[in-house]
Amino acid sequence: MRAFGYDLDTLVIAHVLLALVPVVLGLLIALPLGWWAHRSPGARRVLVPLSGALYTVPSLALIVFIPVVLGTPILSPVNVGLTLTIYTVALLVRSVAEALDAVPASVTLAALAVGYRPAGLLLGVQLPLAVPVLTAGLRVASVSSFSLVTVGALVGIDSLGTLMTDGFQQDYTAMVVTGIVGSIVLAFIFDALWLALGRALTPWSRARAGV
Amino acid sequence: MLGRLVAWFSDPSRWSGSAGIPARVLEHLGYTALAVVIAAVIALPIGAVIGHTRRGGLAVVGVANGLRALPELGVLVLFVLLLGLGLLPPTLALVLLAIPPLLAGAYSGVAGADPGAVDAARGIGMRESQILLQVEVPAAVPLVLAGLRFATLQVIATATIAAYVGLGGLGRFIIDGFSVRDFPQMLGGALVVAVLSIVVELVLQLLGRFVTPGPERLGMRRHPEGPAAESLQSASTPSSAERHDR
Repeated sequence: MRAFGYDLDTLVIAHVLLALVPVVLGLLIALPLGWWAHRSPGARRVLVPLSGALYTVPSLALIVFIPVVLGTPILSPVNVGLTLTIYTVALLVRSVAEALDAVPASVTLAALAVGYRPAGLLLGVQLPLAVPVLTAGLRVASVSSFSLVTVGALVGIDSLGTLMTDGFQQDYTAMVVTGIVGSIVLAFIFDALWLALGRALTPWSRARAGV
Repeated sequence: MLGRLVAWFSDPSRWSGSAGIPARVLEHLGYTALAVVIAAVIALPIGAVIGHTRRGGLAVVGVANGLRALPELGVLVLFVLLLGLGLLPPTLALVLLAIPPLLAGAYSGVAGADPGAVDAARGIGMRESQILLQVEVPAAVPLVLAGLRFATLQVIATATIAAYVGLGGLGRFIIDGFSVRDFPQMLGGALVVAVLSIVVELVLQLLGRFVTPGPERLGMRRHPEGPAAESLQSASTPSSAERHDR
């Protein structure tokens, strides 16, 4: 589909990839780190404040730092992707640790008593019980990723944000509004997807709610 | 690159005048304070009243979450296209973005006040306004402060982007640097705004410790094994359990 002289499909695909991949990647990185913070108070004392500090750095600043630190070209989408990955990890490390903390000790002890080994305990008991808290964290990370990805347009990285910057330059309100609405709709679609996935992974919570 | 960055910082003209780092830092802090104060005046009373009456709570959470999906860049650009250049349009956009965390903090803080304490206050004959101001609002302080910190950081980050629509502040270095491909300038600006954000966050955290009333200020919450915290817990648990059973 073309509009305002742009191929909208290309912009939408770029937007989704550049926002979604960091969320998934961030989750995969945050799971072991969060588990580590859950197990070791020493690790938590380092990881939680560090994630807090990283989350504090404004997105535009982080997008500018990454090429200098990693030597990527300034116009590379990797800079935006990595920025959003860092935010996701920073947000989720604490979520994962707190989600695992919230699993009642009685449940863990019961699982150990019936013969769960540490790996089985984590994958079969603790993580599934942590899913609701994790889903909540993931939804926040995802929504902010889908909105922050537009900031990349300021340094020439295409997404629906391109409609915002170019619409501004051309004084073309409809173009800007298209960018905003498109970005919100994409954020909501993936938010609903995470919600559905969280529910699908925790069938017992629905059963309990139904009683 | 490091050498050019040091050279950028050590240029004396960087430290004086209206386009120098100190002036840009002050501008940035000024925009941030203006937007956060306006947003707080709007959002905190509304959040507190809704938290007290518990009517419309779902709507508040929905609105707060919905506003979070707004792309900051788009909102800034749209406000400037519709209202023109100058201080007001970007400031209004910043206010709009600062409202959701403040609203959510005030609402969840007040709604989460210990129901036992609220019942007791009602029982000894306090009026609803007194309950709100003397019982629920003090209990809401930690969550309100968390909302305030989040809103402030959000505004500092978005004010950086606002340089694109003509606002001053530290974003100028990044936006202007990019337009002429002056990377040391971009990096210098990014560094200063990152440090500013972290300093502001630390100051707000410290401030939070001073104004938080009750046991949390004394750090009891951090030592749940302490005897004082234990007695507090046993004092509050029955009432909240009772509340759940009803």
